[in-house]
Amino acid sequence: MSDSQTAAAVRELARTPLYDLHCGLGARMTGFAGYAMPVQYPSGIVSEHLHTRTRAGLFDVSHMGQAILAGSQAALRLETLVPGDIAALAPGRMRYTQLLDGHGHILDDLMVTRLDDEAGRERLFLVVNAATKRADFAYLAAELPDCALTVLDDRALLALQGPKAAEVLRRHVASAAAKSVFALHFMAAGNFARDGIFLNISRSGYTGEDGFEISIPATAAPDFAQELLDEADVRPIGLGARDSLRLEAGLCLYGHDIDSTTGPVEAGLSWSISKRRREAGGFFGYEQVKRAIDHGPSRLRVGFLLEGKAPVREGAEVVTPEGQTIGRITSGGFAPSLGRPVAMGYVDAARAAPGTQLCLIVRGKPLAAKIVPMPFVPHHYFRGD
Amino acid sequence: MTTRYTKSHEYVRVEGGTGIVGITDYAQAQLGDVVFVELPPIGQSLSKGAEAATVESVKAASEVNAPVSGTVVDVNSALTDSPGLVNEDPSGKGWFLKIKLSDAAELDRLMDEDAYREFLKAVS
Repeated sequence: MSDSQTAAAVRELARTPLYDLHCGLGARMTGFAGYAMPVQYPSGIVSEHLHTRTRAGLFDVSHMGQAILAGSQAALRLETLVPGDIAALAPGRMRYTQLLDGHGHILDDLMVTRLDDEAGRERLFLVVNAATKRADFAYLAAELPDCALTVLDDRALLALQGPKAAEVLRRHVASAAAKSVFALHFMAAGNFARDGIFLNISRSGYTGEDGFEISIPATAAPDFAQELLDEADVRPIGLGARDSLRLEAGLCLYGHDIDSTTGPVEAGLSWSISKRRREAGGFFGYEQVKRAIDHGPSRLRVGFLLEGKAPVREGAEVVTPEGQTIGRITSGGFAPSLGRPVAMGYVDAARAAPGTQLCLIVRGKPLAAKIVPMPFVPHHYFRGD
Repeated sequence: MTTRYTKSHEYVRVEGGTGIVGITDYAQAQLGDVVFVELPPIGQSLSKGAEAATVESVKAASEVNAPVSGTVVDVNSALTDSPGLVNEDPSGKGWFLKIKLSDAAELDRLMDEDAYREFLKAVS
């Protein structure tokens, strides 16, 4: 047993607009990407996790980077850096894609929302990872000098996730277009009003549940968060449960399951590359991505179900029953919704079929595991009635 | 009966040359929900400070170190099916193992309850 972080080290960190709220709720704070963030609240990770799956959880994700990329051809210009189909996005729709380098490796993964055009310029709202945001924005500014990149440092980002999220949120926001948040489908976004403040709300998230991400001016965020927490169905959820929720949902965590040594095809993200972009290319790393699509990648990200109860962590080796090392775990832990450990990692593509029996090495001992399709827990996205 | 504490938040409760080893309430609160405990085989000899058991929370794995040297004479097999006992009752039903002390003088170099309480004030 050792103390992971001293209180003094936490005091040096940047704070989100909800820092005081977290402390008041009794959160255990830790350093994450240079920010003091709540790992968990007093009820604990398992309880927070299960609450999000059954009711609704409120997450502070204000550490993530938010920016608007504007330009007469902003969508086509961004397409030179990402394999996702941005030009086809209608206003109010969003996509998950990856920022690639010249080798087709992933510099970050991000959400891109097409906003309404303004003064003849296309506008894209970007949400990127906290640890990579400075590098991402420098890269975008350098590669797209003809576009204007506005970093939204003055906005907080909240996520409300879970089966009760829509019912709760509807009571607290009104749509500028006289539509309720119920009208949004998964991966759609809109502007909604609250006390004269405009919120950008998207129906998206990182838990596999129905839910929303809400971009809100930093000054208005604490009151809004408190109002949502006053709802009987809503509880605050820390980074611990955020990680276990996304793991069960089979979603990648940047810096772990994907990074600047992995490409989108081996990571199992080919679904995020449209037919047009596969055929026409025109993005950094296209050659490598196209080759991986056409000939198959040499390794693949897969999910593992463990037979025993011992969790497996990042870095564990994946070996065949004969003892040959064929891969490595990139995320692993206890899945509260399943009551058993799960993991994901990369293995040789030839051994990546669901049902394959393999061993994961934990503290020198081989633990039996089986490759299974992901997600581990079914997604519950709202795709319309 | 004597209870002594380590700086890494293990306790050893000694009675008649045998010590019951577990982690403190502070330690279980820091760990959060315990989901798995790996215990040593009975008969294993441990030197003071050596890894005696592994405790896994949702978030991470942590080592439980032997507070004193000796031989493992019993382990709490209830933790295999109910690892949550470590959270619910760390100083009671959530114990990890029993160790037959090989050098009772080692206890003098550990903290008593008052000293441990002072130590917690300093680290938290």
